[in-house]
Amino acid sequence: MKHTEIAIVGGGPAGLAAALNAAKLGARVHLIDRNDYLGGQLIKQTHRFFGSKEQRASERGIDIARELANQVTASKNIQVMTEATALGYYEDGVLLVEQHKKIFAIKPERLIIATGGAEKTLLFPNNDLPGVYGAGAVQTLVNVFGVKPGKRVLMVGAGNIGVIVSYQLLQAGVEVAAIIEAAPRIGAYWVHASKVVRAGVPIYTRHTIQRAHGHREVTGATVVQLDENWQPVPGTEKEFDVDVICLSVGLTPLTELLWQAGCRMVFVPELGGNVPLRNEHLETSVPGIYVAGDVAGIEEASAAMMEGALAGLNAAASLGYTTESLGLDRRNILAQLEGLRSGPVGEKIRKGLAQALL
Amino acid sequence: MRISQHPILEFKTGTKVKFTFDGRELEGYEGETIAAALHAAGIRVMRESGHLHRPRGLFCNIGNCSSCLMVVDGEPNVRVCVERLREGMVVETQKGKGELK
Repeated sequence: MKHTEIAIVGGGPAGLAAALNAAKLGARVHLIDRNDYLGGQLIKQTHRFFGSKEQRASERGIDIARELANQVTASKNIQVMTEATALGYYEDGVLLVEQHKKIFAIKPERLIIATGGAEKTLLFPNNDLPGVYGAGAVQTLVNVFGVKPGKRVLMVGAGNIGVIVSYQLLQAGVEVAAIIEAAPRIGAYWVHASKVVRAGVPIYTRHTIQRAHGHREVTGATVVQLDENWQPVPGTEKEFDVDVICLSVGLTPLTELLWQAGCRMVFVPELGGNVPLRNEHLETSVPGIYVAGDVAGIEEASAAMMEGALAGLNAAASLGYTTESLGLDRRNILAQLEGLRSGPVGEKIRKGLAQALL
Repeated sequence: MRISQHPILEFKTGTKVKFTFDGRELEGYEGETIAAALHAAGIRVMRESGHLHRPRGLFCNIGNCSSCLMVVDGEPNVRVCVERLREGMVVETQKGKGELK
């Protein structure tokens, strides 16, 4: 049995920030990630971030991931376990971890769950054909491995991910036939959307995919217009000759460990599905278990880093670690989070978070 | 299909290695995922579903969804979207659940 002060599950933006901030206060941390690298989904994000300077605006996710991972690796308070999968958390406070075909039992005094989210799918005939991908999946293929998913893409969903990945596909030399969006308005920031429209990609709002075509792989798609009650309008079908269909229809939190740990959960559509109830310290209904990032509600990576920093500071502070600037640091992060979630763009998140407070 | 030119990214590839897919010899780069190497060779069908025998391919590409399970060096249920390619790997289309040894 290994003992540690704080175990963090997930080495993406939230987990990295949590580890650095807890370690900065002096806590001993185990950071556990199932991948063979740190950084989570930041490693495929080649676009520049929004926000203010503290939130690393205008930096690219890939560069942020590299820098945070380097800091984590250099910290003597942080023990990194990669290729390590958290299998379960048990009643006696033991976290079971599998690494290189060996099982480790870790007993942490505090646990921060930062497992992130997973892409949702959409129901339509032939949605299981090879050639139907999550938009993030294609982003990984293109930006991390330099490999194209096919020749011509239909993007389903005009939120930030759909529009940004469409642009990144164009940068990689892949044709994007169209972006379709079931809602009457696109969800993406206009600065991203205008870039793809200027490049000649049409965005059809109030349109959805009716079916994919193909026998062994995707060879096309039928798209249909929706009326004001979200019902297909007969006679408006359009055929697209595409070999790739990207679904960018939102993410859902990866909450398995939270359910198993007995954290009280609540279904909040604005946050992507079932999320843990949490207090202002990001502590769940199970004392000593904290959450940060997409697992607590789907948001942007900038917010995940802020939440991670907060959870890391709070978990370390609850063990008695402190610094002179702790109060100020926490208030500063809270103010930044509030800034990120302000205005019309943050309305959905604010509404969602109000339902998830303990 | 590999990306030849990119405005921001430079792709550092590992050493070229040989592997087989259903007996066919292919080339890829060491350290990339098996799924990436297969896509680069234009192969997108990775598995056959257990009941309806439907073709399945990559969906999430981050080791989460189990859509891309294949038989690698005789071992079934390998998530090829996160398994790194090595010289001489024997990669096969998985039919159904695969046999556990």
